[in-house]
Amino acid sequence: MATYNTSEFKSGLKFIMDGDPYTIVENEFVKPGKGQAFSRVRIRNLKTNRVIEKTFKSGEKVEAADVMEIDMEYLYEDGEFWHFMEPTSFEQHAAGEAAVTDVKFWLKAQEQYIVTLWNGAPLSITPPNFIELKITECDPGVQGNTAQGATKPAIVETGAQIKVPLFVEEGEVVKIDTRTGEYLSRAKEA
Amino acid sequence: MSWKPATAHKTRQLRAQMLHDIRAFFLQKNVLEVETPALSQAGNTDPFIESFQLNQEIKQDNSPRYLHTSPEYAMKRLLADNSGDIYQICKVWRASETGRNHNPEFTMLEWYRVGFHYHQLIQEVTELLLSLLPSVEKNTVIIAYKTLFIDTFGINPHQTNQRELANCVQKNISGLATNNLDQQALLDALLTHCIEPEFDKKSLTFIIDYPAEQSALAQLRTEKNYQVAERFEVYLGTSELANGYQEEISYQRNLEILDTENAHRKTNQQTIITQDKHFLHAMKAGMPVTSGVAIGLDRILMTLANVKSIQEVINFPWESA
Repeated sequence: MATYNTSEFKSGLKFIMDGDPYTIVENEFVKPGKGQAFSRVRIRNLKTNRVIEKTFKSGEKVEAADVMEIDMEYLYEDGEFWHFMEPTSFEQHAAGEAAVTDVKFWLKAQEQYIVTLWNGAPLSITPPNFIELKITECDPGVQGNTAQGATKPAIVETGAQIKVPLFVEEGEVVKIDTRTGEYLSRAKEA
Repeated sequence: MSWKPATAHKTRQLRAQMLHDIRAFFLQKNVLEVETPALSQAGNTDPFIESFQLNQEIKQDNSPRYLHTSPEYAMKRLLADNSGDIYQICKVWRASETGRNHNPEFTMLEWYRVGFHYHQLIQEVTELLLSLLPSVEKNTVIIAYKTLFIDTFGINPHQTNQRELANCVQKNISGLATNNLDQQALLDALLTHCIEPEFDKKSLTFIIDYPAEQSALAQLRTEKNYQVAERFEVYLGTSELANGYQEEISYQRNLEILDTENAHRKTNQQTIITQDKHFLHAMKAGMPVTSGVAIGLDRILMTLANVKSIQEVINFPWESA
């Protein structure tokens, strides 16, 4: 089993602790001039996304996690699994409910996602920061109303509910920031 | 991969000015600049500091050489030969020390004042640091290691035990396993995680009188029921700038310290380091009463250049050296 020594710690390093995979967010080497050195780290649990603080005595070892991040195309959902494909090898991966739970409403066919694989199985999905989606449901547009800040609810093709300006019409494609769920602009015509 | 230096030109100018100012300071105080070898047949036995070992190509000489981790042993040989007050500015190397405040190769200023008590040296260190760092406020704090632990945790660090310290760590530091930490490591964890972050970021803090186990080559003083090491460390905020001693001048105790350090290394399955016999012979011949201190100059420069990482003040830091 591959291990990492604390001297190899750096942001992005992935290891197993208490059975869960973690990634190092921040690593700080602390050492009194004449004493014991420590690695103070902030680490993110790749299953729960929770960030915790932990201190290791220098020289301690952790078990390396077989975690990879791969760009994949989202294909479809079959009621139980969400299917992704590696664009070069055409290899397909089925992600379960737990892996997609946070991003379910941003999954659009043929769009590229970062799929985090742990021991070969999808652990989490990261959507692109910006995505263009079609409005499937909203009240009719109010022409000429460009008042700043006035919004109305709308539902997009992936099922996400967002807020859009009053002038946006059903059937239009809009650009959304997936990190905040905020409407950014009307999409340019393809 | 960039071939370019990690420093701004302004930072390089600040370094040159700092080196000039230090030399002017010691010239005026009649302290002699000296040089000692960077590569030595003997290494630092301190179990918390790892040396780089080098091998020569030439077959006849198989014994490794060590890159010095500080010029301490060799400068004490000069002192034993009645050199009088001396200082040195040199590169030193410490393996595996990498981080925002650490580069394995760094620049050290080390100086020794014959006849000085360590409290006199504290005054001189303050004088130099305040002259180099005009932005630092002049309300310097000098506080005993013991006082810090009593004020923060209600624990006397000189008269405590492993269990009390382990409980204290569990209560105050989340996510640190205490089962493989000895008494010194527990004290170090509390100092670095809980005490140092409280230090004033705009003025100097001197910690003085350390637990006897952390004496390194400093002299011990007997208090009522315990001994303290006559040592000091200087901080600016959490940044540790310097480390000074009332130097231990007894041959017997210096020998004991080096032996104890290697014994500690053996217990922890660390490499055993060749003891510096020249240094020990010099101690036998006799070194005058002296106080000495080492300053990490790159950390001084970090404050001067107002940057957050040591890599920004070193032209070619470890990863691009």
